[in-house]
Amino acid sequence: MIPEIGHFALVLALVVAIVQSIFPMVGAATNNLQWIAMAKPTARAQFVLLAVSFACLTAAFLESDFSVLYVANNSNTFMPTVYKVSAVWGAHEGSLLLWVLILSVWAWLVSVFSKGISSVMLARVLSVMGMIGVGFLLFMLLTSNPFDRQFPIPLQGKTLNPLLQDPGLAIHPPMLYMGYVGFSVAFAFAIAAMLGGKLDAAWARWARPWTNLAWVFLTIGIALGSWWAYYELGWGGWWFWDPVENASLLPWLVGTALIHSLAVSEKRAAFKSWTILLAILAFSLSLLGTFLVRSGVLTSVHAFASDPERGRFILIFLGLVVGSSLILYAIRAPKMRSTGKFTVISREMGLLINNVALIAMTATVLLGTLYPLFIDALGMGKISVGPPYFNTIALPLGLVLFSAMGFGLFLRWKKDSKERVFAKVRWVLLFALLIGFLVPILFMEHFDWKAAIGVALASWVSLTALLWVQEQGRSPFKLPLSIWGAAIAHIGMAVTVAGISLTSAYSTEKDVRLERGQEYQMSGYSFLFNGVKEVKGPNYIAQQGEVVVTRDGVEITTLHPEKRNYGPGTMPMTEAGIDGGILRDLFIALGEPLGKDAWSVRLYHKPVVSWIWIGAGLMGLGGLLAAFDKRYRRVRRHLAEKKVVDQAALEADATGALAKHEVAANQTGIAKDNEAPA
Amino acid sequence: MKLSALIPLGIFAVLAVFLYKGLELKPREVPSPFIGKPVPEFTLPKLMVDGKTISPNDLKGKVWMLNVFASWCVSCRAEHDVLTRFIKAEKVPVLGLNYKDQPKDAKEWLAALGNPYQHIAVDLEGSVGIDLGVYGVPETFVIDKQGIIRHKQTGPVFDETVRNDLLPLILKLREEKS
Repeated sequence: MIPEIGHFALVLALVVAIVQSIFPMVGAATNNLQWIAMAKPTARAQFVLLAVSFACLTAAFLESDFSVLYVANNSNTFMPTVYKVSAVWGAHEGSLLLWVLILSVWAWLVSVFSKGISSVMLARVLSVMGMIGVGFLLFMLLTSNPFDRQFPIPLQGKTLNPLLQDPGLAIHPPMLYMGYVGFSVAFAFAIAAMLGGKLDAAWARWARPWTNLAWVFLTIGIALGSWWAYYELGWGGWWFWDPVENASLLPWLVGTALIHSLAVSEKRAAFKSWTILLAILAFSLSLLGTFLVRSGVLTSVHAFASDPERGRFILIFLGLVVGSSLILYAIRAPKMRSTGKFTVISREMGLLINNVALIAMTATVLLGTLYPLFIDALGMGKISVGPPYFNTIALPLGLVLFSAMGFGLFLRWKKDSKERVFAKVRWVLLFALLIGFLVPILFMEHFDWKAAIGVALASWVSLTALLWVQEQGRSPFKLPLSIWGAAIAHIGMAVTVAGISLTSAYSTEKDVRLERGQEYQMSGYSFLFNGVKEVKGPNYIAQQGEVVVTRDGVEITTLHPEKRNYGPGTMPMTEAGIDGGILRDLFIALGEPLGKDAWSVRLYHKPVVSWIWIGAGLMGLGGLLAAFDKRYRRVRRHLAEKKVVDQAALEADATGALAKHEVAANQTGIAKDNEAPA
Repeated sequence: MKLSALIPLGIFAVLAVFLYKGLELKPREVPSPFIGKPVPEFTLPKLMVDGKTISPNDLKGKVWMLNVFASWCVSCRAEHDVLTRFIKAEKVPVLGLNYKDQPKDAKEWLAALGNPYQHIAVDLEGSVGIDLGVYGVPETFVIDKQGIIRHKQTGPVFDETVRNDLLPLILKLREEKS
C-alpha cells in the first residue's frame, strides 16, 4: 500500500508541475493576476507531494519491502539502518527521486523567501523550475519508476553497491544534488529576466544569494566525494579526473565564475549578457553531468546504472532545456547593453580575468572529458585522456587565476591606478614569495619548484585576503558578512592549493610485501605488520590487518586496514587504515595475500593532504556567510515597501512604470552598496 | 539578431550531436586506467603444475603479455589461433590468467586447442581479474621490463591487432632498458 501512495504522489506531483509550468507563465505574459498567483501554491504543493513520495520509498526500504523491485535490488535485511536510508538514493531510480525532491525544495525556498521579488518575476521563475520538474518526473515515471513492484516476492534482497556503504558517501549525493539543482534557481532567474525583457541589476541581486548557496552545497559535495575516494578506493589519490568527477567540477567552475560575474552585473551594470550566459551554462552543465552519469556514454568508476534508453531521454530533455534557453538568449542578447564602462586597471577587469580563466578551465575539462567520445564518434579509435592533459592545462590557468585573486580584492570599481594597488600589496607579495621558498627548504626533505610556487600563491591569496579585511577599517565584528565570506572563501581556496601542491610534491608511496612480524621504515616512521585476521561486520566479512606505527621508538598509533567482502556478486572493498592529522596522513591499504602470512601492503605518507578538504570547508563557510549578508535582506525589505506600488502599477497594466520602479530601487541600492565587496 | 549571440547555440548543437552518437558507442572498450601502472601483485596456483604458484615477479625483466581467458568464453576460442601463431613467431612469454573457470574444463580446452602459454595462473574467484580491471574475457595486457602495464586489448586479438598494436609495441619495449 505504501509504495502505491508514493507512486500516486509522484503522479500527482507531475500534474501539479504541469500546472506550475503553464499557468503562471501564461499569466505573466497576459497579466492574468489569478494565474500569476498560482505559482506559489503549486510550487509548495509540489514539494509536499514529492516529500510524501520520498518518505514512502524510505519506508519501503526501512521495512525491507522486497516486493518493490528497487528496494530488492539495493538492500537486504542485514544492512545497517543508516545504509537502508542512504540506499534510497543509492541507485538510479531513487537518485532521480532525490533530484526532483531537491528541485522542489529549492522552488519551495524561493517561494517562501521571495519578499522583494515582483510577483510577475516570481511566477516566471517558479514556472521555469516547474518545467524542469516536469521533465524529470516524466523521465522517472516513464523509464525509471522506483515504485515498480515485482512478483514473486524474493525472500531476501541484493545489496547496496558496497562502495556506497560508507558514511561519507551517504551524504555525498544529496549535497552534490543540492548544488547541481541549486543552479536551477539562478537559471530560472536568468530565463525569467530574459522573458521579462528587463535585464537590469535586479535579477542579479536576487540570484546572488541563491547562487552562493548552491555553490556552497556543490563545494561540500565535491569535497566529500574526493575525501571518500581518498579513503575508500585505497589508491591514496583524491582526484582522478574521472569523467564523473569532472562532471561535478564543470558546474563548480562555471558557478564560481557566475558568483563573481553576478557581482559585476549587479554593481556596475556590466557583463550583462555574459552573466546570463553563465547562469544558463552552470545549470546546463549540471544537466550534462546528470546525463553523463546516467547514460553511460563515458566509462567511469561512477557509471553505476547506465542504460542508453534512459540516456536518450535525458539527452532529448537536455536538448530542449539548453536549446530553448540558448535560442532565447540569442534573441535577447543583442538588446542587453552593458552601460557600465571600465578601464584596464579596475575591479571589473580583475573579475574579467577571473571569468576568462575559469571558463578556459571549464572548456579544458569539458574537452578532455568528452574528447574520447568525440574521437570514438568520428570512428578514429578509442582513447582515454589522462591526468597529464588536465594538469598541463589547468595548472598554468590556475597560476593566472590565483595571481589575479590577490590583486582583485584591492581593485576599485571602474578605474584604479597600478601604483595605488601595488603600494598596498607589495610587502605581502614579497612575504608570500619568501614563504613559498622557505617552506620547502625548511620543512621538506628536498626543494620542489612546483610546491614552492603553490605555497607562494597560497600565501599570497590568503595574506591579501587578511590584509583586505584589515583594510576595511572597521572592527572585524562589525564588518558585513559578505566581506568575511569573500575573505574566508579566498583563504579556503588558498588552503586547498597549499594542500594540493605540498601533497603532490612530497607524498611517499610504497607497495611492499610484508610478513607477519616484519617491520618497514618509511619517511621516518616504522610500520610493524602484525598479520591479518578475519572479522565479521554486520553485512560483510573482512580481512583485517594490524599495523603498529612508531616513530623513534614511540608508538604513534595502531591502524587496521581492511579488505571487506559483501557477499557474492560484489567486488571486495578496500577500507584503508588512516592516521589523519593536520600536518600529515599515514595511509595503509591492504593488497593481496601473498601466501603464508605475507600480504602486499600499500603504505603512504602524505603531508598536509587534509588541507585539501579543510580548504573546501572554509570555501563553503565563506559562501554561506556571503549568502546570508544583511544586504540582501535589507534590499528585500526595501523593495517590499515598493511592492504595494508595484501591484497597483501592474493592475494598471503599466509594465513600464513597474520597470521604472525597479530601476529606481536598484539605483538607490547601487548608491548604497558601492562600498560593499564583490 | 546579432550573429555572435548564436555562437553558444551552435556549440551546443555540435555537442548534442556527438552526445547522441555517443549513446550508440561502447565506451567500455576504452583503455583501462591501469595503463602506466604496475601489474598488481598476486600469487596464484599454476594450472598445469600442481602445488606450484606463479606471480608477475617471476617474469620481471622481460617484456611479456598477460592474457585473460576462460574455456567458457567463445571469443577466446576465436583469438586462440591468432594468439598462438603470434606467440610462437615472436617468442613472447605469456602468462595466461584462467579467469573464473574450472581447472578441469580449462585443461580439456587447452588439450583440444593447444597451449601457447608459458605459465597459466588459476584465478578461480576472479579476484586478480578485479585488480586488473577486467571488464570481460578475453583481455590482453602488454607489460614492460619494469612490470608496468603498457597496453590493454579488450576483446579478442585479431591479426590486425597483432600487426598494428601488439607487435610494434613489444618490439619497442624490448629496446628499453630493464
